[in-house]
Amino acid sequence: MAMIDNGPPDFRQYLPNIIKENYGKWEYHEHVRPGVLKHVGPAGELYSVRAGEPRLMSVDAIRDICDVADEFCDGHLRFTSRNNIEFLTPDESKVEPIIERCQELGYPVGGTHHSLSNIVHTQGWVHCHTPASDASGIVKAVMDDLYEYFVTDELPNKLHIAMACCLNMCGAAHCSDISIVAIHRTVPRIDHDTVRKTSEIPSLVACCPTGAIRPDPKIKSVSVVDERCMYCGNCYTMSPGMHIMDAENDGLAIMVGGKVSTARTDPSFSRMVIPFLPNNPPRWPEVTEAVRHIVEVWASNARKGERLGEWIERIGWERFFSISGIPFSDKLIDDYIFSRETFRTSSAFKF
Amino acid sequence: MTESSKTPQLDELESGPWPSFVTEIKRAAEKSEMSADLLGLLERSYHDKIGHWKHGGIVGVKGYGGGVVGRYTDLPEEFPNVSEFHTMRIAAPSGWFYDTDALRELCDIWERHGSGITNVHGSTGDLIFLGTKTEELQPTFDELSEAGYDLGGSGSDLRSPSCCVGPGRCEYACYDTLDMCYDITNEFQDELHRPMWPYKSKIKMSGCANDCVAAAARADISVIGTWRDALTIDQDEVKRYAEGGLPIREAVVEKCPTRCLRYDQETGELTVNADECTRCMHCVNVMGRAVKQGKEKGATILLGAKSTIVKSAFMSWVLVPFMKMEAPYDEFKDLVNRIWDWWDENGKTRERIGETVYRIGMGKFLRDVGLEAVPQMVYRPRANPYVFWPQEEILQEAAGQEGEPA
Repeated sequence: MAMIDNGPPDFRQYLPNIIKENYGKWEYHEHVRPGVLKHVGPAGELYSVRAGEPRLMSVDAIRDICDVADEFCDGHLRFTSRNNIEFLTPDESKVEPIIERCQELGYPVGGTHHSLSNIVHTQGWVHCHTPASDASGIVKAVMDDLYEYFVTDELPNKLHIAMACCLNMCGAAHCSDISIVAIHRTVPRIDHDTVRKTSEIPSLVACCPTGAIRPDPKIKSVSVVDERCMYCGNCYTMSPGMHIMDAENDGLAIMVGGKVSTARTDPSFSRMVIPFLPNNPPRWPEVTEAVRHIVEVWASNARKGERLGEWIERIGWERFFSISGIPFSDKLIDDYIFSRETFRTSSAFKF
Repeated sequence: MTESSKTPQLDELESGPWPSFVTEIKRAAEKSEMSADLLGLLERSYHDKIGHWKHGGIVGVKGYGGGVVGRYTDLPEEFPNVSEFHTMRIAAPSGWFYDTDALRELCDIWERHGSGITNVHGSTGDLIFLGTKTEELQPTFDELSEAGYDLGGSGSDLRSPSCCVGPGRCEYACYDTLDMCYDITNEFQDELHRPMWPYKSKIKMSGCANDCVAAAARADISVIGTWRDALTIDQDEVKRYAEGGLPIREAVVEKCPTRCLRYDQETGELTVNADECTRCMHCVNVMGRAVKQGKEKGATILLGAKSTIVKSAFMSWVLVPFMKMEAPYDEFKDLVNRIWDWWDENGKTRERIGETVYRIGMGKFLRDVGLEAVPQMVYRPRANPYVFWPQEEILQEAAGQEGEPA
């Protein structure tokens, strides 16, 4: 029988020599140009060339990348937490050839400093069982549209976008500058036969965060109190008889202003500014247009160094809505669990 | 075109400057019938505007409860090659450092046994092998294991810990994130591979408060590097930044959230009132050659982050303001074991640790796991008098008073 619990491979075997020598002793880094970082330590310099990848990759594409790393980086490379490749070399003269090869292969070089980094996202229709939309397709459409912001670095600060394909909001979408969240808006349609055959009724009842699901002993299934359901789809994860996907009424919400670093201001959640946009494959034009509009409004109004959420908090959310022209509505006022802290308790606001 | 395409909507996503996942699926489809059917099924989803994956039975490999995510299509007659299409999560090296031998070896294994489609990487940090049949799971694992690799976590277990690039390539790393991630992942192999808890649990390690792996947003146990002495400032380097055109007052001093920095325009000196500094990293980020972190480094441990499902999103909150982070990380491991034991005892099904603590109360949690309450844990104290007084404390107090001389 095969060994179990090997654990992950030891990262040390994969480090290039310059990293082994400068390990823990790095002194400073410079941003050479969009997509190129130079780190300096006592043993010398390391250049990292960052390129965006599509997250979903064929093994042949990985082999292509390996060819580049073999040719220019002694076979050393890494990936970032945001689906970027980083080619690592101590030799400055290799930087341009790496960039050229990346361009030939169709991998854009950028995503550093004050640029848009690659989008963190979920599986969507490619492999998830509860999606309200696709993820890869929307990400491709948005990155095509915002491409210029990935390969340049002239935004007020970095821009992190995340895409979650249902209300679970996998992928840290809840703390991103902009998040695109696919949503359901209608109560689950119950297939009582499937519920009876496949589900544990007490667990199904207990899983509902709002207590909207009640046992119906007569039919050995459940019923849903429609007004209490907020369409999270938790019940569908517990029982395949609770059909939450709705081709006509599912769509996308846009949230903005989240961050995770503590620089200047504490980590913050993304806040909903557009409650619904239609699910419109293959290019989702309403979504790409809304995201671009938010990026442009931020880029032309924020002070240098302000993350999207920092800019909005400085001017006030009421100003964000008037400047951006995005309509405010009752959907944007929280009525879930922790709503009260978002209500304004002061008459000091802007008209 | 002589023949009209079977995937008109997906074809549309092959144009444009950003690399296309559709091109990747098509490339894999040249060698794999599974990938060809995935392409067809995905086009159907684009047409129907609905997902076509459903729940499956539990699938996995011998000796493991996690690491494989079962998937079956609801259209098996039309797309028989993805009637079973399970994901395998492969434990990635710390910091996602690879060499090409390792990547090629992994690609070869996956090409022999699966769709040839991957995610590099999944959000948790695993390398994802996307889609294979049930009968291929064990042979894939056997080959992976033989070559020294392993599965990551899934289900109600410890999800694969992950970390930032740390001392491998960053001057801001306050502890060795890469080593710690490797060490604790090996320490907690049982928790990682055999689900036994109310729900998933995550540990993420960032070397500083820039938090490049979003530990504060998504990890039940977030380990964020910091220091507890004063920033050090190199005045010569400060002058060099000023000469280079950095508007120090505007870009650094005025953006300091605690206003603990002072810049004397005449002498060109930058000074810090260390007692007021919250180590937010802004000044270090902007002028790192002049302003360095303190020397006494370690990490803050925060608890409870998770995304929205089910009781809203939580950000991690401070549990241990400062802990030294050095191998073999015994103090950290001991704390984590106490936290998990408490959660196992008190948590409900599908309740993350943060939700359990929120439901039961921080006071009780702290008493049960043996941590002292300190002001760093909260922004401000409570505004109501409804303390759940432990009655035994009151009895002890009364007994103590009786015993004292009049």
